[in-house]
Amino acid sequence: MNDILLDVRDLTLDRGEKRILDRVSLTLAKGETLALVGESGAGKSTIAIALMGLLGRSATTSGTARFDDQPDLLSLSERGWAALRGRKLAMVFQDAGAALNPSFTVGRQLASVLRRQLGLSKFEARSRAVALMESVGINDAEGRMTAYPHQLSGGMQQRVMVAIALACNPDLLFADEPTSALDVTIQAQIIRLILEQTRARGASCIFVLHDLALASQSCDRIVVLYAGQVMEAGPTEVVLRDPRHPYTRLLQSCVIEIGTEDLTPPEGSVPPYDQMPAGCRFSTRCPRADARCAAERPPLQPVAGRDLACWHPEDAA
Amino acid sequence: MAVIDVPRKRGTSHGIFRRRPFFTLACLVVLFFIACAAFASWIAPYDPLAQSIDAMMQPPGGDHLLGTDSYGQDILSRIIHGARYALLIGLGSVLLGATGGLILGVAAGLSKGWVEWVLVRIIDAILALPSLILAVAFIALLGQGVDKVTLAVGLSMIGPFSRTVRSDVLQVKSQLFVEAAGLMAIPRLHIIRRHILPNIIFPLCVQVTVRVSEAVLVSASLSFLGIGVTPPTPDWGLMISEGRGFVSFAPWMSGMPGLALAALLIALAIMGDGIREEYDPKLRQGR
Amino acid sequence: MTPLFELREVEKTFEIRRKGKKLGLRALDGVRLTITQGASIALVGESGSGKSTLLRVLLGLTPPTEGVALYQGRPIAQVRAENREFARNVAMVYQDARGSLNPRMTVEALITEPLRHFGICTAAQAPARVRALLARVGLAPEVAGRFPSEMSGGQVRRVAIARALASEPTVLVADEAVSGLDVSSQAQLLNLLRRLQAEMGLTLIFITHDLGVASYLCAEIAIMYLGRIVETGPTRAVLDAPAHPYARALRKAAPEFFAPLAEPLTGEIPSPIDLPPGCRFSGRCAYAQADCRLTDPALLRLNDHRAAACLHPLTQSFANV
Repeated sequence: MNDILLDVRDLTLDRGEKRILDRVSLTLAKGETLALVGESGAGKSTIAIALMGLLGRSATTSGTARFDDQPDLLSLSERGWAALRGRKLAMVFQDAGAALNPSFTVGRQLASVLRRQLGLSKFEARSRAVALMESVGINDAEGRMTAYPHQLSGGMQQRVMVAIALACNPDLLFADEPTSALDVTIQAQIIRLILEQTRARGASCIFVLHDLALASQSCDRIVVLYAGQVMEAGPTEVVLRDPRHPYTRLLQSCVIEIGTEDLTPPEGSVPPYDQMPAGCRFSTRCPRADARCAAERPPLQPVAGRDLACWHPEDAA
Repeated sequence: MAVIDVPRKRGTSHGIFRRRPFFTLACLVVLFFIACAAFASWIAPYDPLAQSIDAMMQPPGGDHLLGTDSYGQDILSRIIHGARYALLIGLGSVLLGATGGLILGVAAGLSKGWVEWVLVRIIDAILALPSLILAVAFIALLGQGVDKVTLAVGLSMIGPFSRTVRSDVLQVKSQLFVEAAGLMAIPRLHIIRRHILPNIIFPLCVQVTVRVSEAVLVSASLSFLGIGVTPPTPDWGLMISEGRGFVSFAPWMSGMPGLALAALLIALAIMGDGIREEYDPKLRQGR
Repeated sequence: MTPLFELREVEKTFEIRRKGKKLGLRALDGVRLTITQGASIALVGESGSGKSTLLRVLLGLTPPTEGVALYQGRPIAQVRAENREFARNVAMVYQDARGSLNPRMTVEALITEPLRHFGICTAAQAPARVRALLARVGLAPEVAGRFPSEMSGGQVRRVAIARALASEPTVLVADEAVSGLDVSSQAQLLNLLRRLQAEMGLTLIFITHDLGVASYLCAEIAIMYLGRIVETGPTRAVLDAPAHPYARALRKAAPEFFAPLAEPLTGEIPSPIDLPPGCRFSGRCAYAQADCRLTDPALLRLNDHRAAACLHPLTQSFANV
């Protein structure tokens, strides 16, 4: 897996005084699935939005993001983005009901993407749209083409979103919490669908998730974020079976599974941006932190098969 | 178990003047007019009612900074004194309208069945006519004079106020904290007083600031039409109307009070909008 | 002993109009449920399962269309109308904690309101009482002067819990009280609820969609599907060996570390306006047989503790455990 599709180096993002992302680095190979996990404020959705070129003007970025043959996504012009977005990069949002336009039928929305991006004729676009809807598991696709988004269930809306995102066979799909608005029995269906469809196209996928167990079930690699800094990154099996970063350990200790007897959550909460330590941002809540952690940022270094940013890593489990 | 302290979020209201330069300018203009109104007798160079045959229709400059009118009255002094009437009538009528609107709107929002139906029809009937026309109708009933104009304009504003109050009541009434209070078996009157009214009053205050300019305009229009304040009161609308016949050779007679009126109206409107955008939670969520 | 809550064949139909025709939407259909004093029970179900309606029936906010809903042996609506006792004894924590707190009141005022309303303490004692309640839910005394908008989601939920506890209730009803929070705040809150239940001997009725949360907090579970309780029993026993195929599917769908992704349920949830004949789950059930499409199974006992609404329960032998 040497074919690197996406290589983000030191992505830093500021909104005014607030440093939302602090030197985030990550790589993604072709055909790989990556999970960005962390709690709210970790910056996982912001990474996806930045890499889709959807940041507003209030944000300033530094660092580089090489994608396929593009030397740097972050310095692209709006025209450059327009050529990539939808064709090479696509996104599935958390709330499909809000992402779909309520005043057009789903068939028309899907067909319009095909016509605009691929230049298909009206007739071609329509038959292609029906085929796409069938491929994402929508029964009676022909009939559902004329349905408005509100006439579909949440799961069906999310399927339509996936069909729209995959319409142009993108190389990279972002899925921002694609199932957290859905019922549990639908959740697995949608994750499966996204995995099957991206795999069939040889595309890569970045999932933004808050559920570690779900990440372990669906992704090859995982990046654990805390307050805009990468804490630990590596193959999901390695990182989650034997986490070495105190934050990953704590995060895992908060996960409730059926039959969990005890939970030992970390105390406190994420500090506000103006009170962030200069070094490791987790140091204010970390049981292993000392003066150095607060002052000096630990570099992301390979440790035991994964990348780790910690001065005092945990021992093997 | 650790005890959590919650850091207080930094107040944002202090920065409002720096963030909104136009708002600040508008506030200064309004303050200037308020100062004029308050200290008119000291600031004004002449008696606003003093007529002088020697100094009729003098152009701006010289002894009379903004010129004189057809009776030889000093326009600057009349404008300064006129600010008093404009603001008094504007504020008075808006407060009247807001009070009436609050009572009617809360009653309509909280009542049910045929009472609600009747109240909503009344509000709709008031709203069917523009406030100026309604004010003219009230003037016809009440007669002329500063107090009558205030009353007429105030009554004509009850409609719009009661409509917004009613929709606010309906919105607050459906909120979870009202249901939660009901669940605790808290008496209905108590819920209205403690949970519904405080959430109505604030948006109403914002509405008041937004509508002051409308009230000033309507009262000036009444005077312009000759059915509001009676001459020789130094009212801007009246002054504009008096200068109308001389526009071709003494444009300052209508122009100067017109400029004053325009400046005050624009400033009030910008100020009202600024306050609404800053404090209205409905507009705030996007920020 | 009279159970605290008892629901017998409770049915709730909402009338809706569609294309000019009046239709009955059956939100609850033949619900049987008994909750004893001191129990902790999780009501689990997906959207449209009727758990919110069931909650409103339990709180006396919605009268059932058919059947009886009793609190200590008397109709809930009647008990509620009589005096403040029911309102004082049964406290509620809403899913939307922020929405359930008046945004124009400080934390102090919010918690003082039930204290004074139920006559728990005098006005002079209230500030100390408020601080004691805040300490109980793990918030610093300084929080008393804050407004809900100045606090994070987890903190606002703590305030809502403190407010619910102010009336010294015996029953705490919580609607998705930990959902939508970060895992660490969620875990902190779950531990808090567990501690409160143990310390105060509360009866806990907890609505959730998360089986992990249910098993962590509640000794009993009731799983709902399309307006009916399809399985009840001790949480561990039910989750270890579900008898109803829907309970089993729900159990399998919960994310589990390193397990393969769950096999999804087939088919779609039928509309509650137009329920299929026979078992309401039969269209999606992998174990459905011919009679499932004809007979609508009621919630029947499997043994002393467990009950399921299934003609062919998955676990055949149910000796009394």
